[in-house]
Amino acid sequence: MSQPGLWETLRGIIWRDLLLAIRRRSDVAISVLFLVIVASLFPLGVGPEPAVLRTIAAGVLWVAALLACLLSLGRVFTADYLDGVLEQMLLIAQPLPVLVAGKVFAHWVVSGLPVVLLSPLLGLQFGLEGEALGMLVLSLLLGTPTLSMIGSIGAALVLGVRGSGLLVALLVLPLYVPVLIFGAGAVTSSMAGIGGEANLSLLGACLVLSVFFAPWATASALRIALE
Amino acid sequence: MNWSKYSAPLAFYPLAGRMIPWFGTVAALAIAVGLYIGLLVAPTDFQQGEAYRIIFVHVPAAWMSMFLYVVMAVWAAVGLGLNARLSFMMTQAIAPTGAMFTFLALLTGAMWGKPTWGAWWVWDARLTSELILLFQYAGVMLLRTSIDDQRRADRASGVCALVGVVNIPIIYFSVQWWNTLHQGASVSMTAAPKMATIMLTGMLLMTFGFWMYSLAVILSRARCVILERESLQLWSKPSSVPEVAGVR
Amino acid sequence: MLQTVSLSCRRGDRRLFSNVNVMVQPGTVLAVVGENGSGKTSFLRMLCNLLAPEEGAVLWHGVDIRRLKEQYCAQLTYIGHLNGIKDDLTATENLLLTAALTGDRPSDASVRDALEAVGLKHRIHHLPTRVLSQGQKRRVALARLWLSTHPLWLLDEPFTSLDQAATALVTERLRSHLQGGGLAVVVTHHEVALPSEMVQRLRLDG
Repeated sequence: MSQPGLWETLRGIIWRDLLLAIRRRSDVAISVLFLVIVASLFPLGVGPEPAVLRTIAAGVLWVAALLACLLSLGRVFTADYLDGVLEQMLLIAQPLPVLVAGKVFAHWVVSGLPVVLLSPLLGLQFGLEGEALGMLVLSLLLGTPTLSMIGSIGAALVLGVRGSGLLVALLVLPLYVPVLIFGAGAVTSSMAGIGGEANLSLLGACLVLSVFFAPWATASALRIALE
Repeated sequence: MNWSKYSAPLAFYPLAGRMIPWFGTVAALAIAVGLYIGLLVAPTDFQQGEAYRIIFVHVPAAWMSMFLYVVMAVWAAVGLGLNARLSFMMTQAIAPTGAMFTFLALLTGAMWGKPTWGAWWVWDARLTSELILLFQYAGVMLLRTSIDDQRRADRASGVCALVGVVNIPIIYFSVQWWNTLHQGASVSMTAAPKMATIMLTGMLLMTFGFWMYSLAVILSRARCVILERESLQLWSKPSSVPEVAGVR
Repeated sequence: MLQTVSLSCRRGDRRLFSNVNVMVQPGTVLAVVGENGSGKTSFLRMLCNLLAPEEGAVLWHGVDIRRLKEQYCAQLTYIGHLNGIKDDLTATENLLLTAALTGDRPSDASVRDALEAVGLKHRIHHLPTRVLSQGQKRRVALARLWLSTHPLWLLDEPFTSLDQAATALVTERLRSHLQGGGLAVVVTHHEVALPSEMVQRLRLDG
């Protein structure tokens, strides 16, 4: 019997999820479209005043990105839970937290990365430019993986629970607060001319922390959910 | 005395029943004396007038809300690690009291804010963290009630509580960071820098009273949880019923 | 050798079974029978280490599976009552990807052979499994048995929604697995049509 390396298994998991996302492109499109719509609603509500839009841009775009990530959380484990692929994953002879990290990474590529790539366009809509625009993309690039990591804990906890969509929001949103503060803070402070580097390093620290700890919590939540 | 004996819910039940009146009495005394000191003995603050006296409730309530969350998380960790049913029952019993103190802290904070800052709600770092703490309590409790399977409900909400406890310091720090970034509303909630001894005494007495109150309430709630969950065992062992169900 | 020591299971307030002691030797299959709700699936999930027993332990060659963890996972092939296949992938992709994750590294040819062995014609190997019938999906799931190199098979109602021909094929595959020194635990309502010296029965009730 040949044991595949951890790396090989991890690649297999990521590849399968990416392949599935390619087969179901509409799922990806929905969360991206959601982001665009939410971001476009704000000017309609607040008014087209460029100065006002510029001041709220960082917060609005970050909150919209946060909601888009939240919306896509249901897709991380639910389908696998229902068709039995998840219980097969628990029986793979590799440490579960690492496999979970792979799965969350694939989920981020499908749902977080499009948000990052789309953000400059939305930033322009809100009159951001130059350094602030770059800071928006950078902060989202560092922040959205953290959102996926933390979100996976909530997604695993509510697997198969009635009303799970709203419940996961209640569980996860308080935990998103630091990421939101540092992310939006990076953009705001770069607009204020004090540079967003401090906020970016804090976002990086959040990312490192969540990559180390979230997969453990998610793995134990999955084991609990599948008992 | 063999303490491990009391880790079984049915042995814990009568023990808790004997302890509750004591904790209750001590709580009532401490809170009465604490309020007397706080409302009548402590001197009027020269800046804030009489309104500041609400901190004798506000600060102990805020302390308790955080302390109870940590205690809840510790019980959850014990429950997950040792697979002990009583630990999860304690987790379940603590959450509502913790949420109550969080709410009390927010309410008194708002009542204090109106005369002091002229607004019911200020995005003060501590108040904001306290609000998020309330959301976390709500999350833990709602997750438990949404899951039908008892064992899964226990363990899932335990994991949720543990994840939350890791996040509390991060959230607190980030909110403070956010507050310094947005200068303006950063009026600190701390009382006068040099707190008079009498004020400190009152505050500590109130905290002690709240603590004893929490013990009494949590233990009696734990007893309800035991009755609810262990009904099967209770009825299958008739000998234990009179002692357990007896009126005290 | 798989062994259970005074295994007990409680779901909610209900005690499903208690004090189950069985030993499965290489070359034999344990057929677990019992009424609906008697805890057959819970028993099998305990053998997989997916469900923690309330009391007792499962031993693999004398060692508690909770200590073996991933090492134990490397020994088993589990097919639950859910098929564990993705509707949007083709039968071939499903098998290739699943096998790659569980430690078998089959060639395309062996995947084709496995699917044909379980009675699926070549023209449906490359269709998304969502267009297949229940029985065909079950066959795709069971085709994993032809690729499995693991000594322990744990099967939950493998014959559900299979026709007679497919049942015979799977039984035959099970026989060759046992003859090769493998062991298996099968939860089933159907008779396992194997010689009686290969089959050990466990009835779970109350």
